[in-house]
Amino acid sequence: MRRFVDLHLRPSIKDLDQVENMVRKSSELGYRLVGVSLPPDIKRDEISQLQKICRDADTDLVTRADFIPETRRELLNDLRRFRRRFEVVSVVCTSKAVARQAAKDRRVDLLSFPSTDLRRRFFDDAEAELASKALSSLEIDMALLLSSKGFSRIRLLSRLREEAAIAKRFRVPVVISSGATNERLLRGPHDYASLASLFDMPPSLALRALSEDPLAMVERNRGKLSPDYVVEGVRVIRRKKGCLDA
Amino acid sequence: MRRRYLALRVVSEQPVGQRDVTSAFWSALLQLFGEYGASQVGFSLIDYDPQRGRGIVRCSHKALEMVRASIASITEISEKPAAIHVVGVSGTLRSLRKKALS
Repeated sequence: MRRFVDLHLRPSIKDLDQVENMVRKSSELGYRLVGVSLPPDIKRDEISQLQKICRDADTDLVTRADFIPETRRELLNDLRRFRRRFEVVSVVCTSKAVARQAAKDRRVDLLSFPSTDLRRRFFDDAEAELASKALSSLEIDMALLLSSKGFSRIRLLSRLREEAAIAKRFRVPVVISSGATNERLLRGPHDYASLASLFDMPPSLALRALSEDPLAMVERNRGKLSPDYVVEGVRVIRRKKGCLDA
Repeated sequence: MRRRYLALRVVSEQPVGQRDVTSAFWSALLQLFGEYGASQVGFSLIDYDPQRGRGIVRCSHKALEMVRASIASITEISEKPAAIHVVGVSGTLRSLRKKALS
C-alpha cells in the first residue's frame, strides 16, 4: 500500500491549534508523512511539540525549511547555517540567479516557483538539467491552483503543463504538495492526482509525486542526518565497544 | 453506459443545501472543462444529507477524472469557504454504500 506524503503544510507555527487541525485533517485524508514549513531559528522544544501533535494524529513529521533568498550569496549562507537542522530544504526561487544556484546545489531538495507571474517562474531546460544532476525536485503547490481563478488559473495551468513536461524530459522528480495555509485547502492524494491531470500529468506519475518521490527524498535525507552517516554509500553499521559515540 | 459512484463529504461551517452543492459542482466543471466537457460527464447528485454533509454522485466512468478534479477545485459554496472530499469511488451503489458510508 502506498504511503502518501504532503511535504508542504504552511500553518502559523505560533497557533498550535491550527497546526493540530491541519495535521489531523492530513492524516484523515490519508497522508502518513507531513512536512511542516518551519522558521530556520525554531527551537528544539517547539519541534518536539510538533512531533507530539503528529504522533497523536498517527503521522510522521518532516521538518522543513523554506529559504527565500534574494541573492546567491544569501542562499549559500542559509544553506551553510541551517541545512543540517532540517530534513527537507526548499528554495523559493525569486530570481534567475537564485534559481540556478539552487538547482545545482546538492543541499537543496526542492525548487519552488510560487509566483503566478510567468516571467518569475524560472524552471526551463537549463534549470531542469542542473536539477537532474543535483537530485533536486520540482515542487508544485496545489494551493496556488485552488486559490487562483479565471485568467490567472489559465496561465498557471499552461505554465505548469510546460514545467511538468520539462521535468519529465530531464527526469527531474516532481513533488506535489498542498502548500495549504488552512485545512480547507487540503485535498486527498487522489484528488490532487485528478487535479494534476489538468496540466497533463498522468495519474500514475502524479501518485508517484505524492508518495514514492517525496518519500525517497525524506529517507535519503534522514539517512544523511543520522549519526551513522559517513559519506554517500558509507555508514556505520556497528560500533565496537570502547569507541567514541558520535 | 458504465458508471461510477462517488461518496462525498462536504466540509463547511454551516450546513449546505443540495441545490448549492450541485450548483458549485456545475460551476467548477464549467470553469475547468467548458460546456463540451460538461456534456460528457453524465453527472447527478443522487443522494445528499445536508446535516451530515454526506452525499453520493453518479457520473460516466470515462469522466471520473474530470469529476474528481472539478470536485477538488471547489473552494466556495454559495460564496462561503467550503471543500468537498471524495471519500470513496465504486462501480455500484451497493458496494459504495458498504465501503464508504459504513
